Amino acid sequence: MIQCKTSKEISGMGHSMKRKEDARFIQGKGHYVDDIKLDGMLYMDIVRSPYAYAKIKNINIEKAMKVPGVVAVVTGKDLEKYNLHWMPTLMSDTQMVLPTDTVMYQAQEVAAVIATSRYAAADGVEAVEVDYDVMKPVVDPFKALDPKAPVLRTDKPGKKDNHIWHWEVGDKKKTEEVFKKADVVVKEKMYIPRIHVASIETCGCVADYDKVNNHLTMYMTTQAPHAIRTVIALVAGHVGLTEEKIRVISPDIGGGFGGKVPVYPGYVIAIAVSFLVGKPVKWIEDRSENLQADSFARDYHMEVEMAGTKDGKILATRFKVVADHGYADAQAAPSKFPTGLFSIATGSYDYDTTYMEADAIYTNKPPGGVAYRCSFRVTEAVHAIERITDRYALEVKMDPAELRMKNFIKKEQFPWKSPAGWTYDSGDYHQALKKAMDVVGYEALRKEQAEKRKKGELMGIGISSFTEIVGAGPSRDFDILGIKMFDSAEIRVHPTGKAIARFGTKSQGQGHETTYAQIIAEELGIPAENIQVEEGDTDTAPYGLGTYASRSTPTAGAAAAIAARKLRDKARKIAAYLLEVSEEDLEWEPGVFFVKGVPEKKKTIQEIVFAAYTNHPQGMEAGFEATHYYDPPNLTFPFGSYICVVDIDKETYEIKVRRFVAIDDCGNIINPMIVQGQVHGGLTQGIAPAMYEEFIYDEDGNILNGTFMDYLVPTAVESPSWETGHTITPSPHHPIGAKGVGESPTVGAPPAIANAIVDALAPLGITHLDIPITPYKIWKALKEKGKI
Amino acid sequence: MEKQITVTINGEAKTLNVEPRLLLVHLIRENLNMTGTHIGCDTSSCGACTVLMDGKAVKSCTVLAVQADGKSVTTVEGLATGNNLHPIQEAFKENHALHCGFCTPGMMMRAVELLDKNNNPTEEEIRWGISGNLCRCTGYNNIVRAIQYAGAKMRGDKLPSTDPVFV
Repeated sequence: MIQCKTSKEISGMGHSMKRKEDARFIQGKGHYVDDIKLDGMLYMDIVRSPYAYAKIKNINIEKAMKVPGVVAVVTGKDLEKYNLHWMPTLMSDTQMVLPTDTVMYQAQEVAAVIATSRYAAADGVEAVEVDYDVMKPVVDPFKALDPKAPVLRTDKPGKKDNHIWHWEVGDKKKTEEVFKKADVVVKEKMYIPRIHVASIETCGCVADYDKVNNHLTMYMTTQAPHAIRTVIALVAGHVGLTEEKIRVISPDIGGGFGGKVPVYPGYVIAIAVSFLVGKPVKWIEDRSENLQADSFARDYHMEVEMAGTKDGKILATRFKVVADHGYADAQAAPSKFPTGLFSIATGSYDYDTTYMEADAIYTNKPPGGVAYRCSFRVTEAVHAIERITDRYALEVKMDPAELRMKNFIKKEQFPWKSPAGWTYDSGDYHQALKKAMDVVGYEALRKEQAEKRKKGELMGIGISSFTEIVGAGPSRDFDILGIKMFDSAEIRVHPTGKAIARFGTKSQGQGHETTYAQIIAEELGIPAENIQVEEGDTDTAPYGLGTYASRSTPTAGAAAAIAARKLRDKARKIAAYLLEVSEEDLEWEPGVFFVKGVPEKKKTIQEIVFAAYTNHPQGMEAGFEATHYYDPPNLTFPFGSYICVVDIDKETYEIKVRRFVAIDDCGNIINPMIVQGQVHGGLTQGIAPAMYEEFIYDEDGNILNGTFMDYLVPTAVESPSWETGHTITPSPHHPIGAKGVGESPTVGAPPAIANAIVDALAPLGITHLDIPITPYKIWKALKEKGKI
Repeated sequence: MEKQITVTINGEAKTLNVEPRLLLVHLIRENLNMTGTHIGCDTSSCGACTVLMDGKAVKSCTVLAVQADGKSVTTVEGLATGNNLHPIQEAFKENHALHCGFCTPGMMMRAVELLDKNNNPTEEEIRWGISGNLCRCTGYNNIVRAIQYAGAKMRGDKLPSTDPVFV
């Protein structure tokens, strides 16, 4: 049971307050980017390459220009005149906006058609004739490293191969020694497939350049509006669009999941066209364009090893990654972390030796590597450690729960320094796993499994006891393009005691309008209902780096608490003045200062705020406003234990998830209903890559499943009924002891499911299967083993 | 060549001239400026554009506006009666059955048709019933719960608790 310090009327932390934002969404009054309609607005549609690698011999726009309603066709050559045909990526790589001579992946933008209507723009796209000279693409990242492979990034002077960067962490020599001496070493190759965030709203924008005032208003689907404003200023400053002349507005966003962090070429083309024609330009992606060209995630080829004793004590781990970034490193990760926070891969276990290395590769695939509902490669890391831990348990014939219990970092060992350099702030891993085992009935399930195995039936139980790392991040290490990853809150309380609060983050469904209000309600005692939360307008909100990587609560949520505490300090001074006592004589309970021992002598927060405008102490600044920019001292480390039970049909290999129990620990909980909702959603995004989703490319670089017809996003039928609960281990350094939760389930679920399926098949000699695990993949593996 | 059609939208008859190829979803969103109905894909897979046409849930990206000629179309904007929310709207809010809100109108319209046919569906019937509508945020648990809640409300039964249930 979660204890609440405030009444339901105030609805501070711990209350399952119904969401404030829902009123508009259930009545069709959400305001998404495609709902924007401006006078004289033009529509943009994009001509895309059917080939993965080709020279552009000619683009003939003649027929397109004759299509009724078509106003202009823009090519790379047009943008080149303004030096806008290339743009930087968030990882300091470069990416084409529109090509001048070569296309590097299928579905790449080749030209843009501008027209007076959506339909006319689409007609124009059909009429543009592009003559290509098709080349043999490099699709496989391992083949890309072959010295004979063509060098793809010929735009980079002196580039002689397709290698982007090498990264490593840990102690290579010591790790080698431990592995050499260890009694048990297990190793598996694991591929985490290329997948897509597939938010139900695609990406899009309305670029509205006002020639008279030299001012750009950019409405766009972005999770990080402030950073985008700065990026636009950096890209377009040379044509006179400096940062004070740019306003980015991120309206309601129909799901982001990391896919709406990068800058895509479509945004830049829309800005360029609006700048040139002086009219608003709308660009909204089709779903197929969105899947085929934007925001892919994962695509990590990993070799994972674990060394240990015969009796199940983990001694060391080793990880080797080949990361396929497509044609540009366009991931969104903190500058100093090319593999994101992959180094959390040592997991929830107490050992002191690890070595990790990664190499990033260019191929003829879309650029990216976005942090899909994941704090920068944590999903890959958690899959690696949780899968190899099960593999090790299988090798030493130990129950995977028992092996985890034996190796967990103990509660009293926190703060705990990981061999990869992180300081885990807090945890109680034993408690979380024990709770999950109790809820699922672990012992009984193992007995049932033993009985079923005698009959040749396939039942599996899989565990994942993950440690997350979220809330980027402390400014000493974390920045994007040099901008430190703090976040911000600004609270203004009006004379009548109602407030508006603005943030540098941007909700895409997380419920910030409710949860941020609850944090402020907790600290100030003003009812959450009376606190209006706004985000996403760079003209009004304080600067912040946005919402992704589960960072909103750890950073902006902390900023809200501290800004509110600044106001409470001011309120105390005003209350002391009004009650004619000293500040020390006052006590606080939510919403009221009262004189110690004389509770009837009191001032409510509403009375105090009114006085701040009408009767403030002389010498004190009038008004009741505070701003805080929060730079976290450390990241937060949410964790959890998930247990999945599967039954596999022994004839068809159809996999049925019978039970899935998720115990999460995200520290103190702001709104239990919303936290649970986040976990439900993340779990479905976890079963997705575990069993269904994967982009498949053929050897010519054609994407074979780039539409919703053949890329299976789980429906209510594929998604099981989730059973969720929590333990509470507050973060010791976060102002409200919270940690962030949105990504834990996406990160934690896939290995639990994979472990359950492999557990079911272990008697048939299966030790590992790559996700997504499908009936066909099981059949194939068993066939190869001669089991069928 | 444009064609004249008359469509009753949320109870109001509208006569317009439209291109024969115009999709119903664009008629609703662009010509009639009712933006509650969303577009989430280009293959009739996601159901974000679901509306009721003569009481039947249809994906309005797969219906031509001219096919709606003479028909009655209900969108999310037509669910509430005056200030009274439709039971499905109340149910979605009370049960936290939405996050980003983008799939929500289509999901609710499909649920309305489902409940109109059977106001006491099993969980399995609900899950199969909404399997033509994708939600990327909620994991569906609470959508199922919301549809059960709305069913109870429509039957006049005691309403189930909307508190989150933890194990």
